Amino acid sequence: MSIQIIKDKCTGCSLCIKVCPFGALTIANKKAIINFDKCTLCGACVDSCKFDAIDLKRDSSKTANIEEYKGIWVFAEQKKGAIQSVVYELLGKARELSTKLGSEVSCVLLGHDVKDKAQELIWRGADNVYVVDTPELEHYLDEPYTKAIVNLIRKYRPEIFLCGATFIGRSLISRVAVKIHTGLTADCTGLDIDEKEKFLMQTRPAFGGNIMATILSKNHRPQMATVRHKVFKESAIDKTRKGKIIEEVIPKTLLTSRTKILDIVEEITSTVNIAEADIIVSGGRGLKGPENFAMLEELAKVLGGAVGSSRAAVDAGWMPYSHQVGQTGKTVCPKLYIACGISGQIQHLVGMQSSKMILAINQDPHAPIFTVANYGIVGDVFQVVPLLTKKFKAALNR
Amino acid sequence: MNIIVCIKQVPDTTQVRIDPVTNTLIREGVQSIINPFDMYAIEEGVRLKEKYGGKTTVITMGPPQAEAALREAISMGCDEGCLISDRAFAGSDTLASGYTLAMAIRKIKDYDIILCGKQASDGDTAQVGPGIATQLDIPQVTYVKKIEDVKDNQATVERMTEEGFEIVKTSLPCLFTVVKEINEPRIPSLKGRMKAKKAEIISWKAIDLDLEEDKLGLKGSPTWVSKIFTPPPRPKGQIMEGDPEETTTQLVEALKNRLI
Amino acid sequence: MDYLLTEEQVMLRDLCRQITDEKIMPIAAQLDKTEEFPWEVVKVMADSDIFGVFIEEKYGGMGGGLLELCIATEEFSRGCAGIALAFSATALGTDPIILFGNEEQKEKYLPSIASGKKLAAFAITEPAAGSDASAMQTTAKKDGDHYILNGTKHFITNGGEAETYTVVAMTSKDRGARGASVFIVEKGTPGFTFGKKEDKLGIRGSATRELIFTDCRIPKENMLGKEGQGFLIAMKTFDMSRPGIGAQALGIAQGAFEAAVKYAKERKQFGKSISSFQGIQFMLADMATQIEAARALIYASARQIDAGRTKNISKDSSMAKLFASDMAMKVTTDAVQIFGGYGYMKEYPVEKYMRDAKITQIYEGTNQIQRNIIALNLVKETAKS
Repeated sequence: MSIQIIKDKCTGCSLCIKVCPFGALTIANKKAIINFDKCTLCGACVDSCKFDAIDLKRDSSKTANIEEYKGIWVFAEQKKGAIQSVVYELLGKARELSTKLGSEVSCVLLGHDVKDKAQELIWRGADNVYVVDTPELEHYLDEPYTKAIVNLIRKYRPEIFLCGATFIGRSLISRVAVKIHTGLTADCTGLDIDEKEKFLMQTRPAFGGNIMATILSKNHRPQMATVRHKVFKESAIDKTRKGKIIEEVIPKTLLTSRTKILDIVEEITSTVNIAEADIIVSGGRGLKGPENFAMLEELAKVLGGAVGSSRAAVDAGWMPYSHQVGQTGKTVCPKLYIACGISGQIQHLVGMQSSKMILAINQDPHAPIFTVANYGIVGDVFQVVPLLTKKFKAALNR
Repeated sequence: MNIIVCIKQVPDTTQVRIDPVTNTLIREGVQSIINPFDMYAIEEGVRLKEKYGGKTTVITMGPPQAEAALREAISMGCDEGCLISDRAFAGSDTLASGYTLAMAIRKIKDYDIILCGKQASDGDTAQVGPGIATQLDIPQVTYVKKIEDVKDNQATVERMTEEGFEIVKTSLPCLFTVVKEINEPRIPSLKGRMKAKKAEIISWKAIDLDLEEDKLGLKGSPTWVSKIFTPPPRPKGQIMEGDPEETTTQLVEALKNRLI
Repeated sequence: MDYLLTEEQVMLRDLCRQITDEKIMPIAAQLDKTEEFPWEVVKVMADSDIFGVFIEEKYGGMGGGLLELCIATEEFSRGCAGIALAFSATALGTDPIILFGNEEQKEKYLPSIASGKKLAAFAITEPAAGSDASAMQTTAKKDGDHYILNGTKHFITNGGEAETYTVVAMTSKDRGARGASVFIVEKGTPGFTFGKKEDKLGIRGSATRELIFTDCRIPKENMLGKEGQGFLIAMKTFDMSRPGIGAQALGIAQGAFEAAVKYAKERKQFGKSISSFQGIQFMLADMATQIEAARALIYASARQIDAGRTKNISKDSSMAKLFASDMAMKVTTDAVQIFGGYGYMKEYPVEKYMRDAKITQIYEGTNQIQRNIIALNLVKETAKS
């Protein structure tokens, strides 16, 4: 590994000086000079140099000074100043990992007028919060957010970096990982520390969920992972917790963006095509009347799913044919199929039995639907469904 | 306008099954298809060309049989196909893949818009698209559900968010990853299929692209798989009877963590 | 069975299969109910270049022949015969132009048909002239550089939806077999209107209408071939198109058969799938054999024509149509039987196939006429030897 200034190309513009997190560059006689005691070979200067005047030879097969990387970092995603709940779930997991590693947990909070949120993060489990509060970061934009995080990672060198697998998170972290040249595992469903070697073990589904894989990033730091919402448990608020809030300033040159947001539009999604829905709440003859489908719609709304129907209900005119699941209706394969008051005749089963998970609610303990259900409740649909709606609503914070 | 579409040939995950005896993936007889999300990228690439004029090149990094995926893309209307294939790329994780593809795109040189599908159905990481953009040092917009307008070296697009969408303007060249909502991929016409059959596919090996050896394949992949196992099979159904208050609480406890 | 199709033919078949599975099957039951014309499917077929499959490349087609037409028709009919007719009836209406059109006529009419922009229809049948085509009463009176058409055609497939019509009319009543001629008439020509749309037993996704000619002036350039060649053109057209009807019947039978097999495996009675009962197995075996025999006969007769043997093919193409349509009626009826009570219900797809199959025994020459043709040709052949 080595770094040097190509004197012929250097114009002494001092852009590199501004971006170096370690103050390892100075200008003398209109040329940049590297202080090798301070330089960590992070490469921030190379990125910023417009004249290709810095030559960095890196061994990309291993992060330099890998032992010096310490700390578990969590990206504190915020939207309109509100910290996203996935962050608390990550903090919960980070604290767990920190006891095994003996490291501190820190958050990175980027935005504008967000400083006051830092304390919340400490109460939720962060030991440190690095805040970059500046107008350029008010709304998420790939380039400035990426460069800000890269700058901080290069400066502080955390060994683990966790981020929510949200629209923002997945877009952001993929860029960061490439810029830093490190490993990133997406959509982890499990995170743990290897007893002996202290690696981060990142477990995730692959092949459409048909298999699970455990992934390691042995030679590169930070070990980066994204985790989806609702995978881990949120950490509790502990207002007695103390921590440090560190305000960071990122050089303005790094906060430019070739992309601009022109408008933000919020929408309520229109009718869902049940064949595409991930969750379906379906009703049958046991619902007794069209008005009772409203309670299925409630449950579906809480779960973020669509409403389906057996043939019996469609024939009776309670639901439109487009919602019919079964041999003569649609064949569906959602992540979760909830059959309410559906007996489960073969003509219906044929349309939904390959659903990943099936939950059945029926008065009759011998109803055929129970033969394909993962979970079943024998009971009165009119009692069970509203209770489920209430409890799911509470459990999912909706 | 020069458009590049990056696609991946993947096993048809709806067909992939676990062998109940050995608990491993049964790969034999599983068809290879174009990653479903890439179909939308191909369609958008063809539509952009039809609207603004120019050329659409489809590229893929994969084993020699990935050529079939390129031909399918050509049958939908892409003008040229480029296969990037070499033993040296084997074992590439998303970082190495993004690097290799970016270098291939560098060699193609002229591009205004690069299109990728949101994610691949085998890895499901959604990392390669942004990875390519970062390697090329160009802006990206992910989760694009509509390309409204391309004018004066800028593109205006709609980007999906959890709450709705944003209207974003970006300078070109730029990389977009697209979602299903963007279009309806066409069924390739007869003429398209015949053209695809006869098309000459450009083929590049590691040696054709100015690549740093230690950034390729297994060597260039920071992440590697240490273990593969099958998820626990669907257990026999748990049927609960009794007081609805209790049974529903039990059920919600059991299910709530699964509801991602 | 492997019919040793060429790569292009396999490509065509796979494309048509994809269109059938993705675009036709999902809407078949709906269109059977509403009788709406399947314009969306027509667009997909057009965009996929299917309409050009039987038209020469120089007129914008794909340069295929009758076998290609049969392959496409068979695949589409497996989804819905009615919807498939938008395509295959266009082929029938275009055949006279292909066989007897002069260069100007081909250049004028074939490209827009090949691109799927315009549909076509063939009009010969009248209220008083079905099997007895010579009893037709629509007249075409010469008037300077024009012909004036008067009369009514009925039961015309694609009537009202097509743009291009090839119409057979009497140019001289007293010349017997030489009394008719064929004209290309475009929709929108003054004096050319449409009558009622028929409410049919089957192929309800196809539009069947009356054509009404009232002093309709047609330029003489629109006459196909020579005056008096009408019946000859009609007969030659039917010789070439009969395997296509056979293909339609074949597709219907295939669709019904596939549904029956799937059902037989799923339906359990007496503790087993009904497909394990010998009674059902024998039915399925017979159905499959009959279908394959029809396919072999249709492909062989189509290949023969494509190879250039256009003389003395009446008997062979009649056999293909006769056998396939009678077979389709039997197979679809058996399919309904296999479905049992469910087969009788409109909710299940088989009763539609049975209703659709019936017409194939009737139009483009009833099966009784087909037998006439076959018998006459047999007699002719034996008379020679």
